[in-house]
Amino acid sequence: MPSEIRREQFEPPSIIGNLLRKLHIDIPLFITLLLAALTSFIILYSAGGQKMDILVKQSVRIGLAFTLMIILAHVNPIQFKRYSALLFSIGIFLLLAVLIMGQIGKGAQRWLDLGVFRFQPSEMIKITTPMMIAWYLAEHSFPPKWQQILIASTLILIPTLLIAKQPDLGTAMLVASSGAGVLFFAGLSWYLIVTIAGILAAAAPIIWHFMFDYQRARVLTFLNPEADPMGRGYHIIQSKIAIGSGGVYGKGWLGSTQSELDFLPESSTDFIFAVFAEEFGLFGCLGLLSLYLLIIGRCLYIAAQAQGTYSRLLASSLAFTFFVYVFVNIGMVIGVLPVVGVPLPLISYGGTSIVTLMAGFGILMSIHTHKKFLPS
Amino acid sequence: MSKIYTIKDSILEHRLFINRIVIAFIVILALTAGLIVRLVYLQIVGHEHYATLAKENSIKIKPLVPVRGMIFDRNGKVLAENTPSYNLEIIPEQAEDLKNTLIRLQQLLAISDEKIEQFQKQRRREKSFASIPLIIGMTDEEIAKFAVARPFFPGVDIQVQLVRHYPYAELASHVIGYVGRINENELKSLPEAEYRGSSHVGKIGIEGSYETELHGKTGYAEIETNAQARAVNTVKTNEPTPGSNLFLTLDIDLQKTAYDALDIYNGAVVAIEVKTGGVLTFVSRPGFDPNPFVVGISNKAYQALQNSENQPLYNRAMRGLYPPGSTIKPFIALAGLEYGATTFAHRMYCPGYYQLPGVAHRYRDWKKWGHGSVNMNDAITQSCDVYFYSLALTLGIDNLQKFLQQFGFGEKSGIDLQGEKTGLLPSKEWKRKQRNQGWYPGETLITGIGQGYFQVSPLQLARATATLANKGEIVTPHLVKTIASADAIVAGPENHQGRIELNPDNLENIFNAMINVVHSASGTAKAVGHSLNFHMAGKTGTAQVFNIKQDAKYNENQIDFKLRDHALFIAFAPAEDPLIAVAVIAENGGHGGSVAAPIASKVIKQYLKTHAVRNP
Repeated sequence: MPSEIRREQFEPPSIIGNLLRKLHIDIPLFITLLLAALTSFIILYSAGGQKMDILVKQSVRIGLAFTLMIILAHVNPIQFKRYSALLFSIGIFLLLAVLIMGQIGKGAQRWLDLGVFRFQPSEMIKITTPMMIAWYLAEHSFPPKWQQILIASTLILIPTLLIAKQPDLGTAMLVASSGAGVLFFAGLSWYLIVTIAGILAAAAPIIWHFMFDYQRARVLTFLNPEADPMGRGYHIIQSKIAIGSGGVYGKGWLGSTQSELDFLPESSTDFIFAVFAEEFGLFGCLGLLSLYLLIIGRCLYIAAQAQGTYSRLLASSLAFTFFVYVFVNIGMVIGVLPVVGVPLPLISYGGTSIVTLMAGFGILMSIHTHKKFLPS
Repeated sequence: MSKIYTIKDSILEHRLFINRIVIAFIVILALTAGLIVRLVYLQIVGHEHYATLAKENSIKIKPLVPVRGMIFDRNGKVLAENTPSYNLEIIPEQAEDLKNTLIRLQQLLAISDEKIEQFQKQRRREKSFASIPLIIGMTDEEIAKFAVARPFFPGVDIQVQLVRHYPYAELASHVIGYVGRINENELKSLPEAEYRGSSHVGKIGIEGSYETELHGKTGYAEIETNAQARAVNTVKTNEPTPGSNLFLTLDIDLQKTAYDALDIYNGAVVAIEVKTGGVLTFVSRPGFDPNPFVVGISNKAYQALQNSENQPLYNRAMRGLYPPGSTIKPFIALAGLEYGATTFAHRMYCPGYYQLPGVAHRYRDWKKWGHGSVNMNDAITQSCDVYFYSLALTLGIDNLQKFLQQFGFGEKSGIDLQGEKTGLLPSKEWKRKQRNQGWYPGETLITGIGQGYFQVSPLQLARATATLANKGEIVTPHLVKTIASADAIVAGPENHQGRIELNPDNLENIFNAMINVVHSASGTAKAVGHSLNFHMAGKTGTAQVFNIKQDAKYNENQIDFKLRDHALFIAFAPAEDPLIAVAVIAENGGHGGSVAAPIASKVIKQYLKTHAVRNP
């Protein structure tokens, strides 16, 4: 590890290298993210009915997200660590605020209207939860002990339950997995992992009991979409038709009939992968999955190279959460997971999710470009 | 922050962490592989299945309804056409404020609340982009009013629709028939693919019997639709083939003459072109206006037609059955000559009644004091009943039935219309089968003067007259002269059906006797003879509505109109080379000579006037 740092430290200064170092940008991650953004534009143009205004809105969002990423990349990870608990607390407070006075949107209370734009505290909590858990565990000796695991679990459960109550099952799950990811990377013993998995399995009927009707319906629909082809099963059936009809080579760009003719609902948002698969076929899907693996691989590499427990745990958790994102969305679109409202990361049209994701990548870049000889 | 790590701790911790990173990456790769397996399953294994589903999703077949063929008379006058009907239609999603739009329209055009309600009902069933009619069949005034205000009514527009129209209304309703909305029974029997887009089907008359030709072939368009079934793009079209135009043998002017000539009488006038079998007039009076049936006749109006005393819906020309009365006499006379039962010159004495040997019952002649000494010519000219009682008895019912059957009595004429009645030509066999009774000689007698069980339709009578005029060449009446489709003009039904072998001398004698009916001083139809500048052969007849008691005197003026005898007349002309044959029945007309004969003569006169120009 020290050799790596030295190499970077004593590299002959070049103009570009200097500039990049000053910008705190990780080139491989940056390029792959740009590729993803480009893919997003291409498929959104088709899925969104070839309207330029969608692309304009999306490019504004991506521009904002990249800006935020670069800003966060400039922040020293020490600052993240320092404000972890505070940011987490603010996040929890905002979640409570949403619950109490939040606006109704799509039958769920998720937004806080800030006048200029709507703010989704659950998005912020996606990042502040792993920050909080990483900070908490980093403060204690390794591997974490029973007491710390219990406290960490409680810290994870609070935002998870608040978000599930909104109700936003998808985000709740992502928040839970980001926290759980930290625990896993912190070296949670396999014995405990198996035990917790067992407890969760046993708790499934209880969770079922507390689920909202529409959430139960989604699970049932997932189990047997053909039971209600025009109702709840419609999404999954039309999505499978789109993907399957794409075949190996796809119908070509703008060739999607399923979304073009509105058979596929939410084709620009949660179900955009179906459009992608219809137009670009199996080869296109393999390409997109490879791009995601490159991003995840680079993030895990950054985590492995990170200095200090906090940075490692946070970086690895962010990488893992990104994968969960991809897996849950694609899994749902291809009909192997229940339909939960999770967009395809970096590709789907829409709001705050891309900003949150890019903020996460900003933190990863910050971790990677602010290394010192000594741990903080 | 305050925690201090030992180097050992740090190394151990890092090792554990790297371990976890590697495990996480392996898990990620495994799960990604799982996704890929599923994608392979969907996109390679299930590709064909899903590709089919995707196609079915988006391609819809829309039928393209052909334009129905028109119907013309022999001179090209339009009998059935497709006229534009203007509907006020609203596309709800394009109307800015539907509620307000409806209120304003109601004010502008005085639309009834009932229509608004009906519109709302239909609107709820349809997609918001469907055009829904508010007013069907706008008046000129409504069109003008709306046209001015149209800019203020977005989403509201006048739509044109073709509606079947019969310009001659009740005049030819029984020949042409009408189209009406397809009912449930028809829906089952009609070919589904052909009628997918059609709302109407020919019900009766020519419209009914030539439905296939008039309808044409339905085309289709393959239309790409979206999930809301909104048409997006037409992929392929197969144009419909319009229905064939029908040119009838009917002469609508002649039809009008015949219809008007019946005047106060219910009845039928069927005129046939002798040489071709083409039907020139096919009148059943009263007729009815078929136009309300096209758009859907109200129950009240229909009940009124159904319950009318004059039965306008009843097609008297081919479904009305009447005793032929004395009009049968020329045929019986011909049978007598052909079978050698008598000669033309043979004389007998008519005392005004006829008695079977050993039976007290007197079979009356219409002329109470008798015709005196008569031969066949006299018997036909003066319509002597006694002569024909005697001749019928000599011939016997078997011979009568055999001979008359050849002229088409007791069987369908084969006209190209549906619902024709067969009538009844009685025979021993018929009576045994139907009544389980033996045949009485008295029944032979009354058959000889066209009474008793004997029943014919005006169409059958006209056909028999035409066959007689055609010297035994059997005439099959038909209405369609030519069928003109887009790529071919074909002739209507064939005429020839064989011939009856008849002695020309016998025929000439009968023809002469029939000329005398009209042109001689003693003829029963001499009143019409004076005005003719050609020879018309005819025979009068009366059909009893009820039986007159023995020795009771029948007085036309004293009995109720509805109980008066039906007046009949058959005729053909010119007698030397017959072109037209006519049968007339004027219900309750009383006397054939004075009521039915003038009607026939008017028709024949008009026909020959125009025809003489073409066939000098």
